[in-house]
Amino acid sequence: MQNLSKRARSESLWGYLMVAPTVIGLLVLNIYPFLDTIKLSFSKTRPFGLYELRGLENYIEMFTSAEFWRANVNTLYFCLLTVPIGIFLALIVAVMLNAKIKGRTFFRAVFFLPMVVAPAAVAMVWKWMFNTEYGIINTLLGHQINWITDPNIVIITCAIVAIWSSIGYDAILLLSGLQNISKSYYEAASLDGASKLQQFFQITLPMVSPTLFVVLIMRLMSSIKVYDLIYMMVEESNPALTNAQSLMYLFFRESFVTGNRGLGSAVVIWTVLVIALVTAVQFWGQKKWVNYEV
Amino acid sequence: MKSLERSRKFQTAGVYAFFIIGSIIMIFPFVWMFLTSFKTVEESMIVPPTILPEHWQVQNFTDAMASLPFLALYKNTALMIFLRVVCAVLFSSMAGYAFAKLHFKGKNLLFSLVLIQMMLPAQIFITPQYQMLAKLGLTNTIFALVFPGLVSAFGTFFLRQAYLGIPEEIAEAAYLDGCNQWQTFYKIMAPLTKASMAALAVFTAVFAYGDLMWPLIVNTDLNMMTLSSGLATLRGQFSTNFPVMMAGSLLAMIPMVVLYLFFQKQFIEGVAMTGGK
Repeated sequence: MQNLSKRARSESLWGYLMVAPTVIGLLVLNIYPFLDTIKLSFSKTRPFGLYELRGLENYIEMFTSAEFWRANVNTLYFCLLTVPIGIFLALIVAVMLNAKIKGRTFFRAVFFLPMVVAPAAVAMVWKWMFNTEYGIINTLLGHQINWITDPNIVIITCAIVAIWSSIGYDAILLLSGLQNISKSYYEAASLDGASKLQQFFQITLPMVSPTLFVVLIMRLMSSIKVYDLIYMMVEESNPALTNAQSLMYLFFRESFVTGNRGLGSAVVIWTVLVIALVTAVQFWGQKKWVNYEV
Repeated sequence: MKSLERSRKFQTAGVYAFFIIGSIIMIFPFVWMFLTSFKTVEESMIVPPTILPEHWQVQNFTDAMASLPFLALYKNTALMIFLRVVCAVLFSSMAGYAFAKLHFKGKNLLFSLVLIQMMLPAQIFITPQYQMLAKLGLTNTIFALVFPGLVSAFGTFFLRQAYLGIPEEIAEAAYLDGCNQWQTFYKIMAPLTKASMAALAVFTAVFAYGDLMWPLIVNTDLNMMTLSSGLATLRGQFSTNFPVMMAGSLLAMIPMVVLYLFFQKQFIEGVAMTGGK
């Protein structure tokens, strides 16, 4: 009995020792900064790195700023373009990759390729291809479209690049969901004379819906947080900047270019609330279409 | 029966057509990057464009290397990735094991810190993290690049799942064989999570490599930048010289792409395993 309690004591000692680096790290790197950002969002920057609590001033400034509302619209537009189209295309790629054909490992690797290239490099080459005067895309189309400087088009351009970048990643996740579907369902369905299209809607889609839900949540979150791609495609001097600027781009510019960290923090807090709301809606909505009864 | 066979052939042809068109769309930007990087600025502005460069010239690469210290960027990026991977795998393994297999008071409370971090977007931590480093005078260092990745909440969560999947009897047997807690973890349990550790390493490396906002903020000295933030600087310098930017992008992407060509299976499986983050 004494032996057992000695063992229990050593076990809990080791438990604390082993979680210590992570717990201390999380407290210093995440929990404290999280609380500090909340505080910052209610403060104004003073010289010498000092802060002064100012109540709701930053939030009032934010909610009355046209640039802020524009960034919300841009982010929403970007999400509406990338999430449904991106996931739809990724699902098609995943279904194709699930077919028994030669060379599918190669094709899988090709679609996944953009994931291992830094978004900065990806944005550079697309910016070149979308160049108005000399870009290959306008040459092929035979039109002079201002892909990157036209305020009405710039988000679409960024969305195309974003979809191209993420399609392989999403397809790989969906593929692992597809591979879990038992072949016997398809055999039974084709004996019943169901067409491939019917099989897709009656077997594949419901069976893959849990994975689809995970991919949807993930893609939606990362689209709301989009920053690097737009930053690389649309620089400060671009006349279409305010029409391309996402919430996180606005946060970056306010906090680290303009130096208004209080307002920048308010933008982050707002974005977190938006993400929380959207996620809650998704979890509520999933009951209607996600099928867990497998 | 014959018509069925024909329709199957038709389908296979359709799948191939899809993949060939898809592959062209996926690969063409990189081919175009490669071809442009060997052209002169004048040649890059010819409409309609030449496909192959008239003279394959390496001037753009020397120009890119003259304005960006690429050797330093490679070194900084490699060190950042290496240290982040080591920290993530080591600390997450320890914590993941303890959270999954050991009993101690306050375990659930401490684990809730992990869950809170996972639910919040990284940007909410950035400003205070930067201010801490600035106050300590640690900006423009390798440590600054590694800083937000010293511990990994996602890694802890992910490896905890891996340890939960290992039967209790194994640890019990090790204990009866005279292993202490650390030996049980280090010699017996950790090796069983190799696949998960590898997946976490790939995941950490890919995302550290692509990260742009953090390196741009903390390391503004050209010699302390990463490949990603260096490219952003190059973009500012050569805003109309696309061949140089293509050369720079190519130099920045080559190491990871070469690694990918060799470890393609590990990359894809690693990401599929950690998927949904």
